[in-house]
Amino acid sequence: MQKSLFLALAGVTGIAVTATAWAQNAPGGNAANGKMLFEHVGCYQCHGFAGQGGAAGPKLVPALEFEPFALQLRMPRQLMPPYSPQALSDQQVADIHAFVKSLPGPVNRANVPLLQ
Amino acid sequence: MSGSDKQPRIERRQFLKGAAAAGPALAAASLVSPQAAQAAQTPAGAAAPATMAVREQHPPGTGQPLAPGYVVGGDHMTDCLRALDIEYVASCPGSTFRGFQESIINYGGNKKPEFLTALHEDSSVHFAMGYAKITGKPMAAMIHGVVGVQHASMAIYNAFGDQVPVYIIAGNLLSEWGRRPGAEAAHSSTDQAQMVRDYIKWDEQPTTLRDFSNAAARCYEAAVSGAPGPVMLTADADMQEEAIHEDHKADLRLPKIGRRIPASADSGTVQELATMLCNAENPVLSLDRYGNNDKSIPLMVELAEALQAPVIDTRGRMNFPNRHPLNVSDIGGPYLRNADVVLAVEPRDLFGMVMALDDEDVRTPRPRIGQNTKVVRLGISHTSQKPNYGGSQRYAPADLDIQADAQGTMPALIEAVKRMAKPNFAARGERIANQTKNLLERAKAEAAYGWDASPISTARLCAEIWDQIKNEEYTVPTETNFLSSWPQRLWVMDKYYNFLGRSGGWGVGYNSAAAIGAALANKPHGRVTVALAGDGDFMMAPGVIWTAAHHQIPILFVIHNNRGYHQETMHLQRMANRRNRAVTTADIGTTIKDPNMDFAMMAKSMGVYSEGPVSNPVDLRPAIQRALAVVKRGEPAVLDIVAQPR
Repeated sequence: MQKSLFLALAGVTGIAVTATAWAQNAPGGNAANGKMLFEHVGCYQCHGFAGQGGAAGPKLVPALEFEPFALQLRMPRQLMPPYSPQALSDQQVADIHAFVKSLPGPVNRANVPLLQ
Repeated sequence: MSGSDKQPRIERRQFLKGAAAAGPALAAASLVSPQAAQAAQTPAGAAAPATMAVREQHPPGTGQPLAPGYVVGGDHMTDCLRALDIEYVASCPGSTFRGFQESIINYGGNKKPEFLTALHEDSSVHFAMGYAKITGKPMAAMIHGVVGVQHASMAIYNAFGDQVPVYIIAGNLLSEWGRRPGAEAAHSSTDQAQMVRDYIKWDEQPTTLRDFSNAAARCYEAAVSGAPGPVMLTADADMQEEAIHEDHKADLRLPKIGRRIPASADSGTVQELATMLCNAENPVLSLDRYGNNDKSIPLMVELAEALQAPVIDTRGRMNFPNRHPLNVSDIGGPYLRNADVVLAVEPRDLFGMVMALDDEDVRTPRPRIGQNTKVVRLGISHTSQKPNYGGSQRYAPADLDIQADAQGTMPALIEAVKRMAKPNFAARGERIANQTKNLLERAKAEAAYGWDASPISTARLCAEIWDQIKNEEYTVPTETNFLSSWPQRLWVMDKYYNFLGRSGGWGVGYNSAAAIGAALANKPHGRVTVALAGDGDFMMAPGVIWTAAHHQIPILFVIHNNRGYHQETMHLQRMANRRNRAVTTADIGTTIKDPNMDFAMMAKSMGVYSEGPVSNPVDLRPAIQRALAVVKRGEPAVLDIVAQPR
């Protein structure tokens, strides 16, 4: 088996095992710490401080469930840079997730003449 | 001298020295210097003893005034610019063109051309870019020898990449013998254009005033012909200061601008293209540097409607109305994948139009088009490329390459398509219209996210501005890709001057300066110019707003202040994550904070009305209102908006 293929499979398997573990034992997140991390590790750069998204990244609201959220951080689809456990612990991922879940949704457009 | 073919050329300083020594003997020369003529009119020994004493202590130098009946080379050069219909000369002053500058101001009366004071050579060229994108004609950018060329070089590169005609005049003192010590020697060279020759279309360094006329004309033609671009005309300082008798000045011919008819495709080729488009099930029109004047968009609308084909505007210019039901620019992917024929109109970079390349470890391109898609390139935008710089990505072939001016070809192509139009075209158009009818609604729904956030969301910033200019004729002269293209998503854009595309070479500092040039061009039309410039871009050339204040150029200058070179922050983040290192350091060297800059104070220091920093979205509306009131009085106004990154 080619080395690269082996590594790819190992990576996918590892992520799958990790994701199953997350699904079963998702750590409780601290939204306040998650807010600090959201800015500190650069989530805001593409998704905006309010998670509203933009040209560089999609909006984060409404938040994904924890498992796909964590999977996207660890092994991102498309162009998002990966966040390994070395860079962000599972607890820190949970904290960021808690913050993202706390973000307000869109403003009620009925109250905003510019958006009608 | 250059005024007469029969006379040997004598350098200015050499001539004056000789005149002082030879005195009356030179008076008989057909092209005598004014200084020599004055000397000849003073009989030897006629001065009073007291005057003689003074003269002995203070022997005559060469700083004597020009005699009546004489003009200088700079005057002729000014006439040349006037003959070329150049209205402005943007410039940060330099001694290598002092003779030319003085002529523009005093001989020419500082009118057509008028001197536009810049605070950096880079800004001079960018002013000219913004101006040319509105008017379609070159502004001159007069730059100092050597150091000025070096300063201007990035902007020249932008102009070349963006295919904008800019008429650069560089000062120089070609004769080593004639150079003053110090700066003039350091700022002269034997080949002034050598530094930028890789990204200009043409350059000349004439050595006589007669040659100057021809060189000025050829440079102008090169700038505006074919795929436009920057040119450089070097004006020798000796020639600028060279004295010419008025009788001989009349012998110097002036450049003449004739009508230019762009090359259009021949009738057979037009017919072949029309047949391909009309026989295609899913034709797509993809537009890059097409929309340059008031006829461009109506013609493209006519073609698209005749075909009922989807249009992708890649926003190299304002090419197609953003609210038109056939405009699929923001949802173009599936249309390209399903296309059987893609008509690429004036693409600078055909590869980027038909292939995608992601920022991954291995740069493997992904096709945007199908395996059997036929690609037709119509235009001349790719014909001005040069070998040493990557103005476009990888090579991409076209199945049919029609090297003709796209707009020039439009009338014949429209007519041919109309003759061959099929009844099923209408159904195709309806399908497309069904997919585009909700784009504005979708944009507004997305803008509702983060609407009340601070820093202020870019969507809200753009929505608030639009609400106050929607009844105006307006121009956005700045790039919008760093603003998540919110102006295109929320505003109505249907005139070529509503949006001016990008910098061309991605050289930072373009937006703020080009905006001033565009605003100057808009001034006589009463259009509102709304610059949306990033803080990083603005800090490359903050002095541009002083130019706006000094010349009373009305412009609403909104600084999208995300406190950083945000694109680079994201690049650094990607590197750190990819290397699995610290992911918290991407702000080092990429952000502009600690301390935060006070752009409003900076603007005030340059005599410009300003407000900010505005970070509460509730404060946006009144701030824009007040700033627009200033702009409508004919002055610039700056708003510092603390904004979301994108």
